[in-house]
Amino acid sequence: MRAAPMGEAILTGSLSARRDLLAWVGDRGVYVALVLLVAFNLVFTANFATVGNLRLQLIQVVPVAIVALGMALVIGTEGIDLSVGSTMAIAAALLPLYLGYGPWVAIPIALLAGGLVGLVNGGLVAFVGVQPIVATLGLLVAGRGIALVFAQGRLTELFDPTLTAIGTDRIAGIPITVLVAAAVAGVVGLVVRRTTFGRRVVAIGGNRGASVLAGLPVRRTLVVVYVVSGLLAALAGILDTARLSAADPSFVGLLIELSAITAVVVGGTPLSGGRVRILGTLAGALLMQLISATLIKHDLPDSTARMIAAAIIVAAVYLQRTRVAA
Amino acid sequence: MSADRLVGEEQGVVVDTTGSGGVDHRAGRREQVAGLLQRGAVFLVLAVAVVGGSVAFGSSFASVENFRNIAISSSFLTLIAIGMTFVIIGGGIDLSVGSLLALAGVLAAYGSRQGSLVAILLPLAACGAIGLVNGLLIARAQMAPFIVTLAALLFARGAAFAVSDEGNTTYLIEPGRAVTGLGQGTVLGLGVPVLFALAAFLIGLVVLNRTSYGQAVFAIGGSEDAAQLMGLPVARIKVLLYVASAMLAGFAGVLVAARSSSGLPTLGAGLELEAIAAVVIGGTLLSGGAGSLTGTLAGVLLLGVIQNLINQVGTLSSYYQQVVSGAFLIMVVVVQTYLSRRRRL
Repeated sequence: MRAAPMGEAILTGSLSARRDLLAWVGDRGVYVALVLLVAFNLVFTANFATVGNLRLQLIQVVPVAIVALGMALVIGTEGIDLSVGSTMAIAAALLPLYLGYGPWVAIPIALLAGGLVGLVNGGLVAFVGVQPIVATLGLLVAGRGIALVFAQGRLTELFDPTLTAIGTDRIAGIPITVLVAAAVAGVVGLVVRRTTFGRRVVAIGGNRGASVLAGLPVRRTLVVVYVVSGLLAALAGILDTARLSAADPSFVGLLIELSAITAVVVGGTPLSGGRVRILGTLAGALLMQLISATLIKHDLPDSTARMIAAAIIVAAVYLQRTRVAA
Repeated sequence: MSADRLVGEEQGVVVDTTGSGGVDHRAGRREQVAGLLQRGAVFLVLAVAVVGGSVAFGSSFASVENFRNIAISSSFLTLIAIGMTFVIIGGGIDLSVGSLLALAGVLAAYGSRQGSLVAILLPLAACGAIGLVNGLLIARAQMAPFIVTLAALLFARGAAFAVSDEGNTTYLIEPGRAVTGLGQGTVLGLGVPVLFALAAFLIGLVVLNRTSYGQAVFAIGGSEDAAQLMGLPVARIKVLLYVASAMLAGFAGVLVAARSSSGLPTLGAGLELEAIAAVVIGGTLLSGGAGSLTGTLAGVLLLGVIQNLINQVGTLSSYYQQVVSGAFLIMVVVVQTYLSRRRRL
């Protein structure tokens, strides 16, 4: 299954070597695309290689990246979580309600709500046996409604110094939100690679029936995966709210499920599960962010940017398909 | 004897995980009844909703005028859900339909300046082309339907905004144009969109259940490998599924534009999820290979009736509407999953 390392491919030096090389590139399509795009920007985009721009791109990618990390786990189990955007909205709507008790009460409550959404999703998927796309579709619809009920449909400005600091301050020049995202990525990456839980996630996605027969705690693992996805979505909602100093449940996280799924799939995690690529997911999120930033910087209208992004998604996934076929 | 019995039950459990028929005769009948309930549940719930609505709201709900409204507002989703039912039975999914509806509407209004024929054919051709690309990428290049049609969702929405000058220009259909009759006309007291939806439903019913194409769609959804080995032209059949789904969405877009005399690029966001919900509520399995158009129609009508009932309670804010429809969707799916024995695990 695994593609041969590049050095090996060059050494064999035959037709199969070329196929291996193609496979190697296909397998890492997202990194290749990312490098190409950065190179293009370095040459053709004014003020691209500045600290300010780098910081801006990273800040903007944070919500999608965090949501995509949870999504990668879910997709690894051959599932999908469409409710993440609504979960972000619920978290954002809850913050102003409990901020009176201090941010260290409000933030855990918002996270808890995200975990609860994940618990419902996970319960439906693992114990009732509902297909993930439908189970999470229900909460996509209901979740935003719940958020709007909490917020009475209004945008609320927040003037909490701690929250504003989380959203806008920097440590050693790096924005706190970016540090949080990096920490989350590190933890999720370690969990996937180094823990039994990570192995179980991949095993369930690879073959659920076999996992059951092998005695793995399939249901429990699935529930935990959806809870993690809910928690991370809530975290993304909190960070987004902190950065904007306003909770806007009508728009926070709208359609983010699509961006997150795109980042995960472009990053090399197949929708059919059985494999989780954490670094690839981050690269996928960054790639999609850079694509839209590049197109906008070159004065292409938003509509064209969307169409080109669609073409790039297809191209990236097509490249990965070659790997499977080879 | 008791040992045999035990083995039988053991097998029954294992068989359940793969979703094939029961070994035990009694289990088989139970499965039949459950299957019937699963397929019929939506009609039952629809009947309960209509009767309950009539009792609770009297003539403000149970009037010809109101039913006509429900029929009109459900007709666009019906067209889309018919295509979606075919795609899902064939083992795929089409997320692009909502954006295609918007693109078609914008193109219809844009093209109406060149005449009514252009207003109809231009959007159908554009949507058909996008559907063709979807189908080819899925059937020939073996890419996942979810991600291909997700990209098409982005692309079509972008195209709709590009045509309408980033949403700054709203093309209007001049009042005299014949094409407006498609949306606003009535025949025998029924709105023209309703008639189109009914016609599409009847044609779909025949194609799905009475033609070799329909049988092939079921076969492919059941097992694509088996269908391939049987010698079915799997790729061609799948391409046609996505072209049909895209063109139905496009036609729905034309009707919407004709009805509102304008094309808005923001329309139809999330419509794909509504269509999927209607299909699933109607008893079609997302795993493919099984499903019915009648169930889908009932699913669409159920969503329409629920929306209408929520509107009847004038005080309920739109946020609660979302909560209610989401909760309802979950409820229906949970009930269905319990009724059907095709549970995974």
